[in-house]
Amino acid sequence: MTVNTFRGLVALTLGATVLLAGCERPPVQSTQQGFRGTGMQQVVNPRTVAAQQAALPAVPADTPPAGPDGPKAKDVYQNVKVLGHLPVAEFNRHMNAITQWVSPEQGCNYCHTPNNFADDSVYTKVVARRMIEMTQHLNVDWKAHTGNTGVTCYTCHRGEPVPSNVWYQPLVPKGSKNTFIGNDFGQNKAMANVGLTSLPYDPSSSYLQGADEIRVNGLKALPAARGAGASIQQTEKTYALMMHMSQSLGVNCTFCHNSQSFATWVPKRVTAWHGIRMARDINTTYLEPLTSSFPANRLGPNGDVAKVNCASCHQGVNKPLGGLEMAKLYEGLSGAPKLAALPAPMVDTAGSVLYFGVGSFALAGDQAKGLEQLVSTMSQQPTATVMVSGYHSATGELASNQELAKQRAFAVRDALVAAGIPAARVKLDKPQQTEASLGGEDPAARRVEVKLQ
Amino acid sequence: MQYQNLFTRVQAVGPTHEGVDLPAGNVARDGQPLLVHLFGRLGNAQLGPIYLGPLGIISLITGTLSINIMGFYMLASVGWDPIEFIRQLPWLALEVPSPKYGLGIPPMNEGGWWLFASALLLVSVLTWWMRTYNRARQLGMGTHVAWAFAGAIWLFLVLGLFRPLLMGSWSEAVPYGIFPHLDWTAAFSLRYGNLFYNPFHALSIAFLYGATLLFAMHGATILAVTRYGGDREIDQITDRGTASERAALFWRWTMGWNATMESIHRWAWWFAVLCPLVGGIGILLTGTVVDNWYLWAVKHGVAPTYPAVLGTAVDPATLQGVKP
Repeated sequence: MTVNTFRGLVALTLGATVLLAGCERPPVQSTQQGFRGTGMQQVVNPRTVAAQQAALPAVPADTPPAGPDGPKAKDVYQNVKVLGHLPVAEFNRHMNAITQWVSPEQGCNYCHTPNNFADDSVYTKVVARRMIEMTQHLNVDWKAHTGNTGVTCYTCHRGEPVPSNVWYQPLVPKGSKNTFIGNDFGQNKAMANVGLTSLPYDPSSSYLQGADEIRVNGLKALPAARGAGASIQQTEKTYALMMHMSQSLGVNCTFCHNSQSFATWVPKRVTAWHGIRMARDINTTYLEPLTSSFPANRLGPNGDVAKVNCASCHQGVNKPLGGLEMAKLYEGLSGAPKLAALPAPMVDTAGSVLYFGVGSFALAGDQAKGLEQLVSTMSQQPTATVMVSGYHSATGELASNQELAKQRAFAVRDALVAAGIPAARVKLDKPQQTEASLGGEDPAARRVEVKLQ
Repeated sequence: MQYQNLFTRVQAVGPTHEGVDLPAGNVARDGQPLLVHLFGRLGNAQLGPIYLGPLGIISLITGTLSINIMGFYMLASVGWDPIEFIRQLPWLALEVPSPKYGLGIPPMNEGGWWLFASALLLVSVLTWWMRTYNRARQLGMGTHVAWAFAGAIWLFLVLGLFRPLLMGSWSEAVPYGIFPHLDWTAAFSLRYGNLFYNPFHALSIAFLYGATLLFAMHGATILAVTRYGGDREIDQITDRGTASERAALFWRWTMGWNATMESIHRWAWWFAVLCPLVGGIGILLTGTVVDNWYLWAVKHGVAPTYPAVLGTAVDPATLQGVKP
């Protein structure tokens, strides 16, 4: 080996090291997303993903549901406001799970006063209660985003009292406040939350708290007017939000977009669309109003409350916790509080009121017994007729509810006929609707009234 | 080995060359010429004298001012912290004004500095161009260098002046900064429906790659025949020697056809010049006459229709009963 060859080899080795220092070693996994040949691919490094996921704590083990028996928590404990409908055993299972999810080291006393669990004086209890309401809301009203996976406290908290992926309004970087020179227009800083690009560094305030317009694409080939449409600055801000989403989910643009034409709607983009609005709902409806509940040390540098973004739940994967369906194991959180049992049928000399399950027109359980007295009365008075009126509750669509009310009335008529009353003596009223005394599902509203005439 | 080196192996050292006499009316050249060995490794070892002239002086002053405004603006944006300035330099920028100012003059810290620096840079670039033109003329040369430089200036002017004027806003221009101007580029493509479908963009890329390919082919060919005197290209053009013959034969054997010692330079010049020329046209049309290049390409049969393998969906904002 000549000296020159040696020198050359050394130079080559050094050069290659410098050039490749920032690279990840192959192989990476690439998954085709779009049509062949369009280059729409998801590219992930399985080792990076594995390391990232290994750094997350293991999901605490679930205990089996305690079952529906036993007195209600609200009747046993004091000051139970959001989970009182749960049976005591199930309520305690929820409380234990929440402790494991949120404050495994600090225990119950992170939120509760040791000698008086009903006491609301610890701020974390007030916050936790509101967060349970929020979780119920997310599992019921944001199914378009949360799907069957749903969310629990653990989705964000992962064993930490303050979730690790929250955001505050950034402290305006040094120099940005200069009034004469150096205005950075809220961008051009090395900030991790926008993937170390020089894009605007606070897209969350604009889009996940505020509701600024995200769409920037022209929807026609030719411009409508000079300078109409979004500016490049606005586009950069949208781009910053997209960088945040991409990082939070560990995916690239082609996961939710047809990257030929970003304005095209594809199913995953719809899911993401709901996600942006869900984050906005969480931040404005639940977190911002809690600002005054938090002590100053829990607030951001600008005195704002910790808020969520896509990373709060997703934590680097497109399905939080790999799509683990935890929420359905906790009925208090999955927002399907066990519906109150049907009231017993009301019977008096002039008629009956029979109750029905949600969306049901079957005379279930003891409800049919409510007709017994009526049948015997009608047998004694051969000329008496009854008027049957079906009702429905306030939730759901009117058209299907009207049909439901009709079917309920039919069910009662059929029961009367089956008991020997001629069909001619049973008159049917048009479907009725009640003004519900409770918002939503009021068991007292789902009924059929039968009146002697 | 002698003909396979990155650097000049043998430097001939002799008296420095002052250059030809200047025509009447020209100011004198500045500086005592000197020989720098390291320069000689890459090119000619002689440094200077330089011809500045009034245009050169104007260009240097305005250019220096402009670059300094950019630099000090960036330094100010990190609170005059020199360490942060170096650490974050690739991220820092002198930003363009907000859209609300249109083509008006914004306050200094709201984009005024950008307008000021841009005006200075414009003067600097244009006077430097005039200088390249004048110097070529004074030496009795063609003005090819000046016109090639004008190709680059065309793209620079389209980005920073012509297109903002047509769009009615300075905010459409490019910020001065390393990453920021790249983010501008990406945002520009996203805003206007994917520049991939802009045919002038495609042409520009073809000329860009074409120019680099031609340059590599030409450079390689000349280096390969240096041992036969191929490095004396001008001699070979006027008096075709064995280097030229071998180079021509090589290409004729490998691809059936060859450039000449003269034509290869025309090819390379045009490819290089057409790159910014057509690129500038593509930028100028974007937003002014085409708002979405993808839709434009679909309309004109440029973009193929692919099966919707990602599925189809409706804009949820148009559905009733969906949370806004």
